[in-house]
Amino acid sequence: MSGNGLGYGEQGGEAAPELAQEPAPSMTPVTPAAFGLFSSDTKKNEDLKQMLESSKDSAKLDAMKRIVGMIAKGKNASELFPAVVKNVASKNIEIKKLVYVYLMRYAEEQQDLALLSISTFQRALKDPNQLIRASALRVLSSIRVPIIVPIMMLAIKEASSDLSPYVRKNAAHAIQKLYSLDPEQKEMLIEVIEKLLKDRSTLVAGSVVMAFEEVCPDRIDLIHKNYRKLCNLLVDVEEWGQVVIIHMLTRYARTQFVSPWKDDEVVEEYSEKNFYESDEDQKEKDQKVKNTYTMDPDHRLLLRNTKPLLQSRNAAVVMAVGQLYWHLAPKSEAGIVSKSLVRLLRSNREVQYIVLQNIATMSIQRKGMFEPYLKSFYVRSTDPTMIKTLKLEILTNLANEANISTLLREFQTYVKSQDKQFAAATIQAIGRCATNITEVTDTCLNGLVCLLSNRDEIVVAESVVVIKKLLQTQPAHHGEIIKHMAKLLDNITVPVARASILWLIGEYCERVPKIAPDVLRKTAKSFTNEDDLVKLQILNLGAKLYLTNSKQTKLLTQYVLNLGKYDQSYDIRDRARFIRQLIVPNEKSGALSKYAKKIFLAQKPAPLLESPFKDRDHFQLGTLSHTLNSRATGYLELSNWPEVAPDPSVRNVDVAESAKEWTGIKTKKEKPTEKFYSESEEEEDESASSSTSESKSSSESEKEDKEERSSDESSGSSSSSEESSDSESDSKESTAKKISRAAAESDSEEVKKKVKGICKKRSTSSSSDTESASSEESSSDSKSDSDSKSDSDSGKLRRATSSKKEEKPIQDRKAPNKQDVFLLDLDDFCPVTTPVAVPTSAILSPSLTADLEGLSLLSSSVIDVTTQVSVPTKTHELLHRMSGKGLAAHYHFSRQLGIFGDRMVSVQVTVTNTTDRKIEDIRIGEKKLPPGMRMHEFNPIECLEPAGSITVSMGIDFCDSTQMASFQLCTKDDNFNVNIQPPVGELLLPVTMSEKDFKKEQGMLTGMNETSATIAVAPQNSTRLVIIERVVNAANLGVVPSGQDNIHRFAAKTVHSGSLMLVTVELKESSTAQLIINTEKTVIGSVLLRELKPVLSQG
Amino acid sequence: QDYFGVCSEVMIKDNVVVVYEVLEEMLDNGFPLATESNILKELIKPPTILRTVVNTITGSTNVGDQLPTGQLSVVPWRRTGVKYTNNEAYFDVIEEIDAIIDKSGSTITAEIQGVIDACVKLTGMPDLTLSFMNPRLLDDVSFHPCVRFKRWESERILSFIPPDGNFRLLSYHVSAQNLVAIPVYVKHNISFRDSSSLGRFEITVGPKQTMGKTVEGVMVTSQMPKGVLNMTLTPSQGTHIFDPVTKLLSWDVGKINPQKLPSLKGSVSLQAGTSKPDENPTINLQFKIQQLAISGLKVNRLDMYGEKYKPFKGIKYMTKAGKFQVRT
Repeated sequence: MSGNGLGYGEQGGEAAPELAQEPAPSMTPVTPAAFGLFSSDTKKNEDLKQMLESSKDSAKLDAMKRIVGMIAKGKNASELFPAVVKNVASKNIEIKKLVYVYLMRYAEEQQDLALLSISTFQRALKDPNQLIRASALRVLSSIRVPIIVPIMMLAIKEASSDLSPYVRKNAAHAIQKLYSLDPEQKEMLIEVIEKLLKDRSTLVAGSVVMAFEEVCPDRIDLIHKNYRKLCNLLVDVEEWGQVVIIHMLTRYARTQFVSPWKDDEVVEEYSEKNFYESDEDQKEKDQKVKNTYTMDPDHRLLLRNTKPLLQSRNAAVVMAVGQLYWHLAPKSEAGIVSKSLVRLLRSNREVQYIVLQNIATMSIQRKGMFEPYLKSFYVRSTDPTMIKTLKLEILTNLANEANISTLLREFQTYVKSQDKQFAAATIQAIGRCATNITEVTDTCLNGLVCLLSNRDEIVVAESVVVIKKLLQTQPAHHGEIIKHMAKLLDNITVPVARASILWLIGEYCERVPKIAPDVLRKTAKSFTNEDDLVKLQILNLGAKLYLTNSKQTKLLTQYVLNLGKYDQSYDIRDRARFIRQLIVPNEKSGALSKYAKKIFLAQKPAPLLESPFKDRDHFQLGTLSHTLNSRATGYLELSNWPEVAPDPSVRNVDVAESAKEWTGIKTKKEKPTEKFYSESEEEEDESASSSTSESKSSSESEKEDKEERSSDESSGSSSSSEESSDSESDSKESTAKKISRAAAESDSEEVKKKVKGICKKRSTSSSSDTESASSEESSSDSKSDSDSKSDSDSGKLRRATSSKKEEKPIQDRKAPNKQDVFLLDLDDFCPVTTPVAVPTSAILSPSLTADLEGLSLLSSSVIDVTTQVSVPTKTHELLHRMSGKGLAAHYHFSRQLGIFGDRMVSVQVTVTNTTDRKIEDIRIGEKKLPPGMRMHEFNPIECLEPAGSITVSMGIDFCDSTQMASFQLCTKDDNFNVNIQPPVGELLLPVTMSEKDFKKEQGMLTGMNETSATIAVAPQNSTRLVIIERVVNAANLGVVPSGQDNIHRFAAKTVHSGSLMLVTVELKESSTAQLIINTEKTVIGSVLLRELKPVLSQG
Repeated sequence: QDYFGVCSEVMIKDNVVVVYEVLEEMLDNGFPLATESNILKELIKPPTILRTVVNTITGSTNVGDQLPTGQLSVVPWRRTGVKYTNNEAYFDVIEEIDAIIDKSGSTITAEIQGVIDACVKLTGMPDLTLSFMNPRLLDDVSFHPCVRFKRWESERILSFIPPDGNFRLLSYHVSAQNLVAIPVYVKHNISFRDSSSLGRFEITVGPKQTMGKTVEGVMVTSQMPKGVLNMTLTPSQGTHIFDPVTKLLSWDVGKINPQKLPSLKGSVSLQAGTSKPDENPTINLQFKIQQLAISGLKVNRLDMYGEKYKPFKGIKYMTKAGKFQVRT
C-alpha cells in the first residue's frame, strides 16, 4: 500500500474498475453452447430484474451482488439500469452501496435514466447520518453527467459547511471531480476551496490541499493565511494528506522565502530552543542580525514540523519530507533525511527504485549526505537488475579518494556477476571512477586490462570501450595496452569493441607504427564481413595511416576505399568517397586536402564520463517527472528562490501573534481578520453570537422593559460579533455609540501597549483578560492536538469567538473609569453586562481594592472581567439543523435567579430556522423526565421566519442530579427528540457569606462531607484573579473574601435542595493546590471536584 | 490481507463484491480516502463464515451504517468500544540481519533491522508505555502513527494508544557502528573444472556467536549458473531440491546441532562443451533464533494507563536472517 503510493498524485485515474476488470477473461463462465450464450444472458437478466423488483431485501441484495459480479467480469449490465436505479432509495445500506457502485459505472452511458436517481441523492445529502451524506456526495460527484453540474456545485457548497468533517472531506474530493467534469466552474470551486482551506479539521486538510493542487495550484495567495495552520496540523493529518501538503508547501516555500543556500556561512541564529519563545523575541533578533542571513521563522516552522514525519511508516511521506528538505533546508541540515531514505531501501522493490533514483540525484550534488551509508548501497545478488544498476550509480557518485579502494574491491565482485548487463554497467562505473579520481586511474586501467582476458564477450567489449575512453582522457604512453588490444582484435566479435580498438589504433597509430599497418591488413581482409560500425572505423584507420605512413599503407588504403565504394550501406559508400577526395591527391583535389592531416589527426577532446542523473536535478525530487526524466503532464515547476522575500506578514492572520495583536493592528488587517472569524465558522459563529447576545437582550427586556433597544440589539446581533474585530465599517450604529467605541478603542490601544510591554512575562501577566482571551485563542489555534477533535474543536471556536465578544464590553466598561461622560452611552451600548452576577462583583470589589491599588490600568480592567466572566458563554447544541430538518436549537445556562420558581435552573433556548420557509408552532411536546424532575415550558412560538431565530427561556428542576432532561421539540409537522444535560456547575446558585461564616459552615461539613484532591496548577493559573475567573466560569459559585493570599473560597447552594457547597482552593508550594469541597451532597461534590480539576490545571 | 488472510486470485474472485466495497471506501476518484484497516473493518465488516450465517438469518448486512467514530477522533487508528474478556498484549521483537559475507568468511556489510510487531487485544482505550533497557541502540526508527513522537524524543519511551489487533508498532535500525555478531558461518568449497564436466560442491553450516541459543529453520538456497545441468548431492541432514529449470538449489537444513554440523556434499554436472562459469554462485541463508535479539535490545517494562483491569503481557524475541548472502 505504501509502495505504489509514491507518485499517486500524478496517476489519478480509476484504479478500482481497472483492478476489477483485469481478471475478467479468465472468469467468464463456460456456457454449454456458444449459440445459447445470448439467450441465456437475457433470460438471466430477466430474473435479475424480477429479483430487483421483489419486495425482499435479501433478493435485491443477491441480485445486486450478481450484477456487480457481472460488472467485474466485464459483461455489460447496462440494460438493467432502470431496474437498478429504482433501488437507489433502498433503506438497506448494502443494497444502496452496490447500487452506487453500479451507478458510477453506467451513469455516463445512460444519462437520462441516471437523472432519475439524482433526487434521491439530494435527499440523502440531508440525511442525519454523516456517512450517508458523505457517500451520497461521493456518488453524486462521480456521476459524470454534465447536466447536473449545478446540482453538484450546490451540493459541494452545502457540504463544505457541513458540521461533520468527514462530509467536508468528501466535499473536497468532490471538487476535483467536478473540476475534471466541467472546468468552467473553476472560479466557484476556488471559493469553496478557500473556505475549506480555513477548516481546522485534520481530516479535511489533506483533501482540500489535494483539491487545491488539482484546481488552482497557482493561487498561492490562498495559502498565506493558512500556512502556519497547515504546518502545525501536518503531523496529525492522515498519511496521504501529508504527502500532498508537503509537496504543496515545498512549492509555496520556494516562492515565499529567500534561499538559505546563498551564504556558505549560514548563520543559524535560531537554535531549537529559541523557537519556543515568543515571536516578539524573534523579531528583535531579526533586527540584530539583519546583515547576515536569517531564516524566516515560518520557513523554520515548516522544517521543524516536517522533521518528525521522517519517522513515518509510510514511504511516500518520508520521501516527500526528503524532497522538502532537499529543496528547502539549508545545506547543513539536509543531511538528516539521508538516514530515513536509506531506511526505505528495506521495503519492496518499487519503493527502492524510486528512492534510489532520488538518492542518485542527490548524491551527485552533495556527496557528503550519503557517504556514511555507503555500505547500504552494496549490491546483493538477489536484487533485480534495475536496482543493481541504480545502486551502482550511487556508489559511483559517492566514490572519493578515501573509499575508492574498498569500492573497487566491491566492484571486482560485481564484474564477475552472472548478470552480464550489470557486469557491463560495473565496468562503466569503474571507468567513471577512474576519470573522476586521478589517483586510481592507473589501477583501474590495469584492472580493466585484466578484464580483457575475461571469457565473457560482453564484459570484454565493455572494457574495451571504457578503456578507449580512458586512454583518450589520458593520452599518455599507453602503447602497451594498445598493442595488447590489437592482439585481442582477433578474438573479439562485438562490433562496438572492434570499432573501439580500431579507432584507438588509428588515433595513436604513431605510437604503434609496426602494428597499425598489420591491423589494417587483417581488417581489410575481413572487411566485407564486418559490421557497418567496424567498416567505418576501418576506413578511418586507413585514412589516418595513409596520412602518417603512406609508404606502407597506400595500396592497402586504396583497396579498402574501393571496397567501401561498393558497399551496400550508403553511409559507408559516402564515407569512402569523402575520404578518397580528401586524402588521395589528384588533379582536382581542392584546398581541403592540404589540411587533411590536420583534420584527421586533430586533438580530440576527451569524452566526459558523466552520470545519467546529472540532468535530472531540475525536476522536483519525488515527482513522476523526475522518475521519467521528462515533463509529465501536471508537473508544476519548482520556482527559484526569490531574491527578496515577499512580505511575511501575509501569513500573520491566523496565528497566535495575530490574535494577540488584533486590537492594535486591526485597522491594518481588518479584512483578513474579519474573514477569518466570520466566514469560515460562519455557522457556529452566527448561532453562537445570536444565541448569546439575543438571550442577553431578551433577559434585558424582561427586566427593564425597553423594547426598543432590545429590538435594536437583536437586529445588530449578527453583526456584533464582527464589530469586535471590525470597528469602522459599521454604519448602522448610532453616533453616540461610535464615540464610546472610539474611547474604548483608544483604551484598548493602551492596553495593547501594556501587553506588549510585559509580553515577556506573558505567563504571569495572563491575569489580564485580553491576554487570557488571546491565549485561549492561540491555544485553539496552535495546539494541533486539541484541534483534531472535531467536536471539541467547534466548541472551542465558539468559546474563542464568544470570549472575543466579551472583550468588547470589557473595554467599554473600562471607559467609565476615565471618562464618565460616556457612561450613559455605554450603558446603552452594552447593557448586556449589567444583569449578570451582580452579587459576585459586590463581594469582590471591596476585597480586591487593596490588591488593585498597586496595579495599573491594565489590571483594573480585570476586576470587571472577573464579574463578567460569570456569564456562562458556552452554548450547547440541542438540535442540529441537519437532524431538525432545518430547525436548529441551541441552549445555554443563563444563571439567572429562579424566574420560574426557586428550584428551577433557567435555560435559554435559541431556535433558528435555517430553511427557506416558515416553521410554525414550535413548542415542547411530550416530556420524558426522570422522577422528581420538573420542567417549565417556554411559550410556544407561533411562527419563525426563514433565517430568523428566537430565544426563549425555560426552567428545569434537575433535582440536583446531572441526569438528562429529555423532551420533544415539536413543530407543526415534526417532532424531534432532544435532551438537555446540565453540567454540575450549573446546578448551583452563588451564595454570599463572610469568611467567618464560611469557616463555620466548613467546620460542620467535615468527614464524610468533605472531598479533596491535590492538583497541579499551571503556572499562569496561580494568580488570584485567574483562579477566580476560571472557577467561576466553570461553576456558578460565589466568591468569598479571603484573608490569605493563597486560599480562595467559593460558596454556593444547590438549586433544588439548597444544600451548601463550599469550595476551597489552597495554593501550595511548587505549583500544586489543594482543592477541597465541603457539602452534604457528596455526589455532586465529587462530580464538581472532578470538573474543577482540569479547570485549574489546564494552561 | 486483513480481510481475507491471503491475497490470492481465488480469494478476489470469491469476494468480488466485498473487494468492490472496500476499494470504494479506500479510494475516491483515485485519491486515497481511508486506508487504515481498522476503520475499513468497521465500515465493511470482513466476511467470516459466522457472519454469513448470521446475515442470512437476520438479514443484516456486513456494511456498517455508522461512520466509525475513530475516523473523526484523535485516535483514528483505534476502534471505539472494543471489548475482550481476556485482555492481552503481546509484543514480538523481531530482528533481521542483513549481511554480505565474502569468500574468505569476513563480513563486508552487516546491519540489523528490527521491528516490534504487536498483537494488542485490550478493552477500552488503554494507554501503553513501553520502555527499553538500552534505547540508545536504536539508531533510526519509524513509528506507527499512534506513537507519541515527542515523548520518544525526550525520554526514549514509547507511549501510545494502540490500534486494535495486529500492527507494527515500530521498525528500527541498529546503528552500523556497533559490530554485528554473525550467528552462523558457512564453509563452502565449490569448484568447477575446465576440463571435465563435473564440479565439486560442498557446504557446511555451523553456529557462531549464538549466545547459547539453537539456530533453527536453516534454509540454504543458491542460484546455480546457467551451465549447470544437474547436481547429485547428499545432505547429512534435512532435504534438498535442485530445480534443473530455474537452476535453483535449496536445502532445508532445519536445526543446527553444534556437535554434528550439517553438510551437503556432492558433484555438479555441467553442460558439456560450455566453458566453466566464471563466478561461483552466491549462497543465501535463512535461519531463525528464538529468544534472542541479536542487537541486545531488551524491553524493560510495559505499563498501561487509562484502564482499570490488569492485562496479560508477553514479549518474545526472535532473530532472523534478512538478506543474508555468502559470496563464494
